[in-house]
Amino acid sequence: MKNRTVRTAALGAACAALLASAACGSGFDDDKAAAPAQQSSGPAELQILIGSSGDAETTAVKDAAAAWAQKSGSKATVTPAQDLAQQLGQAFAGDNPPDVFYVDASRFADYASVGALEPYADKLSGASDFYPSLRTTFTYDGKFYCAPKDFSTLALVINDDLWAKAGLGEGDVPTTWDQLKAVSEKLKAKGVTPLAIGDTRDRVGAFLVQAGGWITSPDGKQATADTPENLKALQYVQSLLKDKLAQFPSQLDAGWGGEAFGKGKAVMTIEGNWIKGALKADFPDVKYSVHELPAGPKGKGTLSFTNCWGISSKSKYKQQAIDFVEAMTTVDQQMAFAKAFGVMPSRQSAKDAYTKEFPADGPFVNGADYAQGPVNAPKMDSVLADFDTGIQKLTSSDPKALLERLQKNTQAALG
Amino acid sequence: MADTAPARATRPGPRLSAAVRENIAGWLFVAPVVVILGLFMLLPILMAMWVSLTDWNGQGSPFRSGVPFVGTENYTRLFTEDGLARQDFMTSVRNNFYYVAIVVPAQTVLALGLALIVNARMLKGKTFFRAAFFFPSVTSSVAISVVFLFIFANSGAVTSLLKLFGIDGPQWFSDSRGVLHLLLGGLGLVDPADPPAALTDGGPFGLSWWEWLSGPSVAMCTIIMLVVWTTSGTFMLMFLAALQDIPVTLEEAGMLDGAGRWQRFRHITLPLLKPTLFLVLTLGLIATWQVFDQVYVMSQGNPAKTTLTPAFLSYQTAFRSFEYGSGTAISFVLFAIIVVLALVQRWIMRDRDPARRTRRS
Repeated sequence: MKNRTVRTAALGAACAALLASAACGSGFDDDKAAAPAQQSSGPAELQILIGSSGDAETTAVKDAAAAWAQKSGSKATVTPAQDLAQQLGQAFAGDNPPDVFYVDASRFADYASVGALEPYADKLSGASDFYPSLRTTFTYDGKFYCAPKDFSTLALVINDDLWAKAGLGEGDVPTTWDQLKAVSEKLKAKGVTPLAIGDTRDRVGAFLVQAGGWITSPDGKQATADTPENLKALQYVQSLLKDKLAQFPSQLDAGWGGEAFGKGKAVMTIEGNWIKGALKADFPDVKYSVHELPAGPKGKGTLSFTNCWGISSKSKYKQQAIDFVEAMTTVDQQMAFAKAFGVMPSRQSAKDAYTKEFPADGPFVNGADYAQGPVNAPKMDSVLADFDTGIQKLTSSDPKALLERLQKNTQAALG
Repeated sequence: MADTAPARATRPGPRLSAAVRENIAGWLFVAPVVVILGLFMLLPILMAMWVSLTDWNGQGSPFRSGVPFVGTENYTRLFTEDGLARQDFMTSVRNNFYYVAIVVPAQTVLALGLALIVNARMLKGKTFFRAAFFFPSVTSSVAISVVFLFIFANSGAVTSLLKLFGIDGPQWFSDSRGVLHLLLGGLGLVDPADPPAALTDGGPFGLSWWEWLSGPSVAMCTIIMLVVWTTSGTFMLMFLAALQDIPVTLEEAGMLDGAGRWQRFRHITLPLLKPTLFLVLTLGLIATWQVFDQVYVMSQGNPAKTTLTPAFLSYQTAFRSFEYGSGTAISFVLFAIIVVLALVQRWIMRDRDPARRTRRS
């Protein structure tokens, strides 16, 4: 009996000690969180975390940062992240975020809504020069938060050899939904899979835009999933899938549309400009051409993908960080990045220089005029993942039910 | 203690009885372990428990004053609120239930079978077989998962092998159809494309009966095969150790009494293996409810959420959607599930009739 009381007492004491140490830690955090981050002027030591697409990007950003550091007398450390979202999440939780980091457009609202980002973008010179669709993507609650780094859009990529082999010429490139279907039937008759399309909203969503619909209203406040426009788009995609005019990459033994396309398992695919680099690296012999996506009932539509240069609201060197972003988003610097790792500049004034340098990329750049950015609202990640699940089962399910479910979940998430 | 007894008489100050001093010494000896366990296990668990009661968004410390306290809302949302959170969680529980229901019996039987084979006295090259069967267990699960990805790819070894026999195999990793659905459809009982309204109309926890009855998906089956194959080696080792502990005399006595092979296995070997069987089943149960790495490497919950498991969902909710409260709540519910099932299993495998046993022995 006595043994037990001693044991309990000791255990209690140990727990109390441990809890006390935890409480001390949180007390310290309290003070730091309450006051705005102390700003330091003069030379800074910037921590920059990037979600790099590869060595080319890492090197290019490191070089640019070094050039800036030398000019400004500050220090800039560029770290490529293994898993940007997870590393940022941990850094924010640990109250020790990097000063500057990439923010993916689809996660932007999550970060902005919790106050992790500094809304600085309007302070940049020539802030209105960024494409309007990109500005909208990084605007939350009426504030333009962060400068778009670059962007990509979706376009129709055609394998020229297979196209010619099927007896099709340049005039056959589809520009409407009806033509896409007609040309796909011709290709199918020749025994090839016409179209490889990714099984997520990031590809199928383009059809929603072409039909005049989208998942949320432009301000990201209302759910607009369950509309006749969206239904029309899904029914069209479903008809393509059911007739095997379009197949998902996994059905073609590929991880993504570009791989299926590169292996010659599909004549067409819908992908972004990153496909250029991938084809060059993995399938250098494939001859292809890029075209704007076929227009739907409500005209042309595509999706844009982008990152912005986020600045932490807890950074000690906000002014220097803004200065850094300013240097990274000049026309010249963006062109340097474009040449280094094939991204498109986010400034309109860089468009001419870019199309001159990469004439074959016209369809991608033109997409900026009618592109729809990712859903710009917080807490939508699991809802959209659920929608992706629905899209994967599109051949065997009812599009109307799918949209009703998306509508219900979106409403719940937007609150 | 006897040595210190005379010394006590000469020492000034308050006297401590031998028992108390022994206690203090004992606590001093275990103190390092208590502190380490407390600091790195108990404290994080308590902290996680706190996070599961808040709506912490991952900004700053979860112990700040501004973090919203939501009580048990993160838990009730998993069970009572009709929404995506409950649907995802219940889907993951369903998937994991089928996974456990197949993996645990299968790996136990396989492990026991392998142990019996490599324990046989007549077997030649015993060491080779023991090593071969144990090999998958010592290989990294991530490496094996990647190899399985290749084997089960649409143009991989398994599909090609099936083709040799004229079977058009499924597209393993993109096939979200439930096996039970396929079975019911194959028997002609139900049409999977148009299930009866009685099954689709309602069901517990936001999933229809039809969805609950899906069985593991084809994609999940590949993970099941992988896990059964990799873990049976470990458990084989445990059974083997227990088998070698069984005295040969018992076996010989059985033979003298005229017992056949099966009778000897059923009435001598199996009862003596019971403690090991309990160990294997318990460890299997715990490990299978926590399956994470295979799902993370091979499928990330796809296709159509049919390989989503509570452990993976918890990770996804916390680190992808920044809903740390919900994520930790899921992990605590998972913990509760494991504890309850382990207790149930203990109760099932208890000694039915202890009185008779003691009389006999």
